[in-house]
Amino acid sequence: MKLLNEMELNFKAISINEGFARSCVAAFCVQANPTLDEITDIKTAVSEAVTNCVVHAYPSLPGNVCIKVKLYEESVDIEVIDNGIGIEDFKKAREPFYTSKPNEERSGMGFSVMESFMDNLELKNNTGSGLIVKMQKFFHKRSKIAVGE
Amino acid sequence: MQIKHRVYENTLYVVLSGELDEHSAYSARIGLDEIFDMPKFKQIIIDLSELDFMDSTGIGVLIGRYKRMKDKNIPIFICNPSSHAERIFKMTGLYDIMPKIS
Repeated sequence: MKLLNEMELNFKAISINEGFARSCVAAFCVQANPTLDEITDIKTAVSEAVTNCVVHAYPSLPGNVCIKVKLYEESVDIEVIDNGIGIEDFKKAREPFYTSKPNEERSGMGFSVMESFMDNLELKNNTGSGLIVKMQKFFHKRSKIAVGE
Repeated sequence: MQIKHRVYENTLYVVLSGELDEHSAYSARIGLDEIFDMPKFKQIIIDLSELDFMDSTGIGVLIGRYKRMKDKNIPIFICNPSSHAERIFKMTGLYDIMPKIS
């Protein structure tokens, strides 16, 4: 597994940065020559993770979000890290349609979408406080299957 | 996020373009409710062909609009979703309440 490149992105947890964050990570991943579908998968998953930071992590004043990306020839590891209130029950949070804010118009599908669009999803408590969302995506799966056939 | 609309033969056609995420959700809700509150149509068709990006926040927005229109007995249909939007719709069962039409 050859490491091609890595980067770190720090920004304030406000909604206008969602588009910036997902576009930035997607543009960075282009170096590994992924398909357009894979890029959209990554964009969507990053958007979901950053939305959680904006909506959930900081109930009073918005703190920071850090995204760490390690890009390999055949995969990418993405960590979305906040220093917010964290999540008590990971299992519950990952259930489809579960939302901590049932009075708002929220689908509760954030983690389900990340799980479905990426190949691995792991939630960890950040040392101190907050949450680490760790995601992995493999590239070129389809072309490999096609070659195998 | 931009919203275009026109009414033709009792149908309200709405075209969403741009990006629908947490950031644009608030203005999307306000904009759609304003249009949906107009009189003189019996069904709504939401065209997503010009939507460049949507995450699960979009589901919340759409389900919220469905609930409002259900009280008025006005059905909503979805057309031209991207393959990614479609995956999210199928995952959430959105088509059960807002069927896809072509």
